[in-house]
Amino acid sequence: MQTWSLVSISVLLAVVVRWSVSLNSYSGAGKPPMFGDYEAQRHWQEVTYNLPLQQWYFNTTDNDLNYWGLDYPPLTAYHSWLCAYVAKLINPEWVELHRSRGFESPAHKLFMRATVLVTDVLIYIPAVVLYSFFLTGGSTKKRVSVLLSILLYPGLILIDYGHFQYNGVSLGFALWGILALGLSWDMLGSIAFSLALNYKQMELYHALPFFCYLLGKCVKAGLLGRGFMLLGRIAVAVLVTFALCWLPFLADPSQALQVVRRIFPVARGLFEDKVANTWCSLNTLIKIRSILTGDSQLYLSLALTLLAALPSSIRVLMKPTFWHFKLALVNSSLAFFLFSYQVHEKSILLAALPVCLLLNEFPFMSIWFLQASTFSMLPLFLKDGLLVPYTVTSVGYLFLTVYLLSALDESSEELGTYSKLFFFLPSKYLACIIRWKFYISIALMAVLSILSVALEPPTHLPDLFPVLASTTAFLQFLGTFLHFNIVQFNEPSKKNQKKNK
Amino acid sequence: MAASVDSWSWFTALAVGVSLLKCLFINAYHSTDFEVHRNWLAITHSLPVSRWYHENSSEWTLDYPPLFAWFELGLSQAAQHFDPNMLQVENLNYASPSTVLFQRLSVVFTDLLFIYAVKECCRCVQVQKGSVEVLNRPSFVLAVLLLWNFGLLLVDHIHFQYNGFLFGFLLLSMAKHLQSRHLQGALLFAILLNLKHIYLYVAPAYGVFLLRSYCFTKDHPDGSIRWSSFSPLRLLALGSIVSSVFALSFGPFVAMGQLSQVLSRLFPFKRGLCHAYWAPNVWALYNSADKLLAVLGVRLKLVKEAELPRASMTGGLVQEFQHAVLPSVSPAVTLICTLLSILPALLSIWRRPRGSRAFLRCLLICALASFMFGWHVHEKAILIAILPLSILAVESREDAGIFLVLTTTGHYSLFPLIFTPAELPIKVCLMLMFTVFSFSALGKLHRAQGSLLRPLEIVYLLGLVAVAIGCEFIFPLSPWQQKLPFLPLLVTSVYCALGVSYSFLRLYVTLLRSDSKAKQL
Repeated sequence: MQTWSLVSISVLLAVVVRWSVSLNSYSGAGKPPMFGDYEAQRHWQEVTYNLPLQQWYFNTTDNDLNYWGLDYPPLTAYHSWLCAYVAKLINPEWVELHRSRGFESPAHKLFMRATVLVTDVLIYIPAVVLYSFFLTGGSTKKRVSVLLSILLYPGLILIDYGHFQYNGVSLGFALWGILALGLSWDMLGSIAFSLALNYKQMELYHALPFFCYLLGKCVKAGLLGRGFMLLGRIAVAVLVTFALCWLPFLADPSQALQVVRRIFPVARGLFEDKVANTWCSLNTLIKIRSILTGDSQLYLSLALTLLAALPSSIRVLMKPTFWHFKLALVNSSLAFFLFSYQVHEKSILLAALPVCLLLNEFPFMSIWFLQASTFSMLPLFLKDGLLVPYTVTSVGYLFLTVYLLSALDESSEELGTYSKLFFFLPSKYLACIIRWKFYISIALMAVLSILSVALEPPTHLPDLFPVLASTTAFLQFLGTFLHFNIVQFNEPSKKNQKKNK
Repeated sequence: MAASVDSWSWFTALAVGVSLLKCLFINAYHSTDFEVHRNWLAITHSLPVSRWYHENSSEWTLDYPPLFAWFELGLSQAAQHFDPNMLQVENLNYASPSTVLFQRLSVVFTDLLFIYAVKECCRCVQVQKGSVEVLNRPSFVLAVLLLWNFGLLLVDHIHFQYNGFLFGFLLLSMAKHLQSRHLQGALLFAILLNLKHIYLYVAPAYGVFLLRSYCFTKDHPDGSIRWSSFSPLRLLALGSIVSSVFALSFGPFVAMGQLSQVLSRLFPFKRGLCHAYWAPNVWALYNSADKLLAVLGVRLKLVKEAELPRASMTGGLVQEFQHAVLPSVSPAVTLICTLLSILPALLSIWRRPRGSRAFLRCLLICALASFMFGWHVHEKAILIAILPLSILAVESREDAGIFLVLTTTGHYSLFPLIFTPAELPIKVCLMLMFTVFSFSALGKLHRAQGSLLRPLEIVYLLGLVAVAIGCEFIFPLSPWQQKLPFLPLLVTSVYCALGVSYSFLRLYVTLLRSDSKAKQL
C-alpha cells in the first residue's frame, strides 16, 4: 500500500479516537462553584476578550484572580482571545463578562472540543507526521508504526480531549523545535521552542537540554568562528521571539513583573494533591512539609532538581548529537518532574513526549513508561468521569504498541544496557526476568485501577488508592529515570549510533 | 512486523483494535433502536412467552422472529447484573449509564461471532503465490474490509443494532458453502432467517442453489441438469434441518395458536412505500420523478394544484399516500418487480451452476434486487449487498470496480442516520478511512490489470463528494435550512440511487456474461 494512504489512515484514526474521547465528560462538569480546567479556559476567553490587556493579569473589580486567574504566559492569553473572538460570532452568551460564569451547554462543549481539535490538527499532528518520516529510520512500515504509536498515546489524548487542556499546542511547538534541531535548522528550532515556552512555562523542563545541545553545537563549531555566529543568531532569534510575544507587556515594567509573578507562584507549597514525584511519595513516610520551612523546601527541591538534571545535560553539551539530545530531554524532564516544586500530575506529559520519540530505539522501556504515565493520572481521570475512555485507550495502546513495535521480541537490542549491568547473568535469563518484571508491573497497575474503581477506601485512609497509584507510578518513573541516564552514559558503538540517529 | 508468513497475528490485532474502537463509541449518540432493544429485553425477561407478541405498551413492539426473542431473553440474564431497572417494561426510554454500557458491550461481545465468520471467509480466499507482504494479501484486505466496515461501525455501534451478530451467521453460512459444507451452510441460514426475516431477500438464491447443486449430485459434461442424479436423501436431509429450525422457533407460538399474530407483527404492510428517509432505490427515483412531473405539470398548467394529494412524501411521516402524477405503487407491485428482477439470476444458476462463487453472485443480486424494488426498505439493507461483495472484490478486478462504486455510494447513503453535530467528525473520518483503504488496497491488489474505475464512475464519485460537502456543511448554514429541511435527504437519496442502480446493472451483466461464456464452452 502506498505511504500516503497509510499515513492518512493513521491520522484519521488518531482524529477519530480523539474525538470519541471528547464525547465524554470534562473536568469540573456540573460542579459549581469552582468547576474545573474547562471553566478556567472559558473564563480566560471571557477575560481576554472583554477586558483591556493591562488588566488581564491584575486583580481588579472586573477580574477576580482567585477565580481561575490567568497563570500561563501571554501566548495562551492571545490564543484564548482568538477563541473568544470566534465564540462571540457563534453565541455571545458564551463569553459575556461575569454573566457567563459557569456556562455549560452541549453546543458550548462542542465548540470548546473543536478548538482543541483544530489546534491539534494544525500544530501537533503535522509535527508528529514529519518527525516519524524524517527522523525515524527503517522501513515504511516501521515509520507508520512509530507514527501510530506516538499519535495514539493515551495520556495526551485523555488530558487534552477529556480533562480539557491545550497541551497539544505547547508540546506541538516543542516537537517542532526538536524536529528542526534534528534537521539542523537551529534558528527555526529555537524560535519554535521559544513559542512553546511562551505558551506554557512548564516547557522549562525541556529548556536545559535545548540550551546545552545548542551551546554544545556552537562550541563544537568553534567559539571563535562559525560557532560564535551560530550562537549569536540563535540568541537573536530567541530574544526577538520573546520580545514579540511580550511586546504589549513590555511597555510597563510592572506589567511584565506581574505576569512573571502569576506564572511562577512561589507562594504555593512543595506539592499539591497526590502526584507521583519524590516529595509526595516521601511525604507518606516523613511529613516533609511540616519539618522544613517554605524557603528551605524551595532550596532543597531546586538543589536536587539541578543535581538530577545536570549530568545528562552536561553530557549533551560535551557530545551534541541528536541521540544524546533526545535522551537528555527525557532525563531532564523526568528530573524536573521528580524533584521540582509545585509539580502537577499532568506535567508527566512533558516527559512522555520525549519518550515517545524514543519508541523507535527503545520500544520496550518507552512503552512501559508511557503505560505507567497514563496510569499515574488515574485519580484525575476518575474524578473527571473518564474511566471508560481510560480503560479502552490504555488497553488498546498496550496491545497496539507491543504488536506494532515487536517490543517483547527476544532479539531486542535494548537488552544491551541490562546485559552490561547484570553481566553475570546469561542474556536468556535476563530477557525472561525483564519481561516478567514488565508483566508484573502491568498487572499491578491493572489491579490497582480495578480496585480504585470497585472498592471504597477505608474511612481512616480516604486517600489510599490515589496514594498507592502515585507511589507505584513514582517507583516506575524513578526506574525509568535511572535507566535512561545509564543508557545515555553508556552510548553504544559508533556503528549502532549512526543507525539510531 | 515479527509475525511469520503463515501466522494470523495480524488478524488478532485487527480484531482487537476494532473491538476497542467500538468501545470508544459507548457514550456516542444512539437512536431509538436502543430503546427498542431495551424494551425487548424487558418484554422477554419480565413477561411470559404467551405475551411476547401481544405486548404493546411501548410503540416498539416485538417484530423480529422468535429466535431473536430468545436471544434477547439470554441477554437479559446478563443484563440484570448491570441494572435490573432496564428490565421493567414500564420504564420506557430508560437509559441509565449502566444500561448504555451493557447494551453497547453486548453488541461488541456478540460481534465475536462476526469476527469468527470473517476469519472463515478469509481462509476461503485464494492465496497469492509467493510470500507477499501482509498488507498486500487478499485475506488481509478482505479482513479489513469486513472487520472495519464503515457501515457496520456506524449502524451497529453508534446508531445501535445487532447487525454484526446477524451478518456473522450470513458470512459463516457463505463460508461453509464456499468450503462445500452445504448442510452446515443451510443450517446457519435457517437460523439466520429465524433471527431476522429481512434475510428472506436472499432465500430464493439459497433455495435454487441448494436444490440444484446439492440435491442433484452430478451434472452433464456441459453443465446442464442431469435429472437422474437427483438424491432424495439429500433433499430429505436439507428439508429436515430447515424445518426443525423453524419448528424450534415458531413451534411454541403455533402451539399457542398465535401464528397469525406473530406473522402480522413480522410483516407490517401498513407502513408506506418508503421510509421517512427514502432508501436510495428505484422507488426513490420513482418518487422524485413523480414530484418533478407534478411541479412541471402545475407550471405548465396541465394539472391543477388543488387536485394534488395533500400529504407530502417528504414530510417525514411514514404513512400510506398516493403519488400525484404517476400511478401509485402497492406492495403486490413491489413483490412482482422484485421477483421479475431476480428471475434471470436464479435461472442462470439453475441451468448452469458454476460452483459456490456463482451462488455468491446470485445471492448478491437477490439482495440488491430486493433493496432496489422492495416495500419499505431501510437504507441499512444496503449492507446485505456490500459485505458479500467484499469477498468477490478481493478476487476479481471487475468486481473490485463495482465494489468501490457501490460501497462508497452505499456508505454515504447511511450518513443521514447520524445527524447530530457531535458525531459528525467521527462519521466523516471513519468514512474517509474506509474509502482511502478500499481504494488504495484494492488498487494495489489488482494493479497489474489497469485502473479499477471507469472515467464516468470517477466523475460520479467526485460528484458524491460535492453532494456530501453540500449536504453536511454548506446546507445547514444556508438560509434554505428552515424552508426546505428535507432537501439534503432528497438529494442524497436520489444521487445515491443512481449509483446503486448502476452497480446493480453491472453486477447483473457480470453474472449473465459468465453464464454465456459457460454456454460457449
